Amino acid sequence: MSGRFVRLGETGRAAVSFHVDARPVSALEGDTLMVAMLTSGDRLRQSEFGDGARSGFCLMAACQDCWVWTEEGTKLRACSTPAAEGLRIVTTEPGATWLNHP
Amino acid sequence: MAQPSIVVVGAGPAGVRAAQTLVAAGIRPVVIDEGRRAGGQIYRRQPEGFTRSHEALYGTEAKRARDIHETFDALIPQIDYRPETLVWHISGGHVWTVGADGAHRSVPYDVLILCTGATDRVMPVKGWNHAGTYSLGAAQIALKAQACAIGSKVVFLGSGPLLYLVAQQYVKAGANVAAVLNTAPASARIAALPRLAAQPGALWNGVMLTMALKRAGVAMHHGVTPIEIEGDAQNGVSAVAVRLANGREMRFDCDAVGMGHHLRPETQLADLARCEFAFDPAVRQWLPVRDADGRASVQGVYLGGDGARILGARSAEASGTLAALTALGDFGLPIVAGERQKLRRAIAGYDRFAKGLAQAFPWPVAQAAALPGDAIVCRCESISAGDLRAVVNETGAREANRAKALSRVGMGRCQGRYCGLAAAEVIAAEAGVPIETVGRLRGAAPVKPVAFCTANEPEAPAA
Repeated sequence: MSGRFVRLGETGRAAVSFHVDARPVSALEGDTLMVAMLTSGDRLRQSEFGDGARSGFCLMAACQDCWVWTEEGTKLRACSTPAAEGLRIVTTEPGATWLNHP
Repeated sequence: MAQPSIVVVGAGPAGVRAAQTLVAAGIRPVVIDEGRRAGGQIYRRQPEGFTRSHEALYGTEAKRARDIHETFDALIPQIDYRPETLVWHISGGHVWTVGADGAHRSVPYDVLILCTGATDRVMPVKGWNHAGTYSLGAAQIALKAQACAIGSKVVFLGSGPLLYLVAQQYVKAGANVAAVLNTAPASARIAALPRLAAQPGALWNGVMLTMALKRAGVAMHHGVTPIEIEGDAQNGVSAVAVRLANGREMRFDCDAVGMGHHLRPETQLADLARCEFAFDPAVRQWLPVRDADGRASVQGVYLGGDGARILGARSAEASGTLAALTALGDFGLPIVAGERQKLRRAIAGYDRFAKGLAQAFPWPVAQAAALPGDAIVCRCESISAGDLRAVVNETGAREANRAKALSRVGMGRCQGRYCGLAAAEVIAAEAGVPIETVGRLRGAAPVKPVAFCTANEPEAPAA
């Protein structure tokens, strides 16, 4: 899958690798999780109201559209969390079930 | 006299200048900022390890940005600096915070200087919920803080000074800009010229931006009416469809959209501090009342920068300084005579320019009334204009908080930051009532989501 974001510079940084939905992802040191995920893919999560893929909106920690989770269930705001070596990210809230969205 | 304990919230241009003013008076303020590094959004810094210069990042504002950054770095040993810390509530003379470590702390204050900044003001367009749609501010942050474009073919849509600035920054950085689509008619800019002339430098910068975009061959249109951000639920944005000023419909293929209509202040903390608000007809918003010296209506609370009114970064430096000086004066500490008068005069000039911007780049009120019923108003909870209008018609809700309770518009993740102003316009148009009577969404704690399991670490008052 090609990325949504396009790198325009600052590509001489060290590589960082982590996992998204159990697949390995390669990013650069200093990337936010959002940039790391959207330079290698095109979405961060699914809207919990069933209206499609979401990929963030404000990038300034105000809209909360970019939540992703660690495999343990810790919620992370992808736009303000640095990508770090060894992270294991999931794009669906672990264990979350909604009565009206089985 | 004992020194007052002063808390400054925010480390953008207003917060930095406020802190600097306090330190110069011998005070050691607590400075709480959500950012990892000071500078705010306008002078947001790239992470350590990035190599672009201030000139590359901030263009004509490089000198100001460098001065803000260097001033703040020099202040750090003299202040109680708490970066990556959210103020999520204000009550009982304390600010309630949660830090990067997840721990809650409450910080008592005698004086509170709120420099909370702004976020994008957004008018929804059908399809703005598709992945690949970002705010204009977001598009700029992607470039400034991460050296990325939000897509491989980007349309910028909306109005306001950021529209042209971000487009030009993208072109300069080598991104592919498919079009710049301004909802404001060209005539509005001409009518605004006398007021914009209050800041000839800024006006000139704006003219140069549009000329650079023209030279680069970017398609630019004024007076456009957005029809739809086309795309599909899984693959996201594929095009923007608009009606041009001449009535012709046009589509611009793209895989990303940066949209917005200038900015709106972040006023939740002023609200929680019980500050009085007043309606400003020029921007059609309820804003915290601030006197000419930076005082809010509540004793001990002061407002600096764009968190109270959108007057821009240069004004924020002045109003942050002014708020701090006024606080010192009110506490009986000596301040330089005549300094505040100078700042008030400078702010009056920025105010005139801001009124010109509001005239040149008007909030497209008619777009709210014309939103198709199936267009999403609230992205967080996926509520359409039709859903909201049904609530207005079926329940008689005419007031923002009542309509929120019944429709869920403004109840989600963003707490109305991105839908609240547009929703108010939809309600006003549907009910046929003046926008000021719809009111504003009340600020509610926590102002941003905090985890249930955070531990409380009460802070001993400073000795």
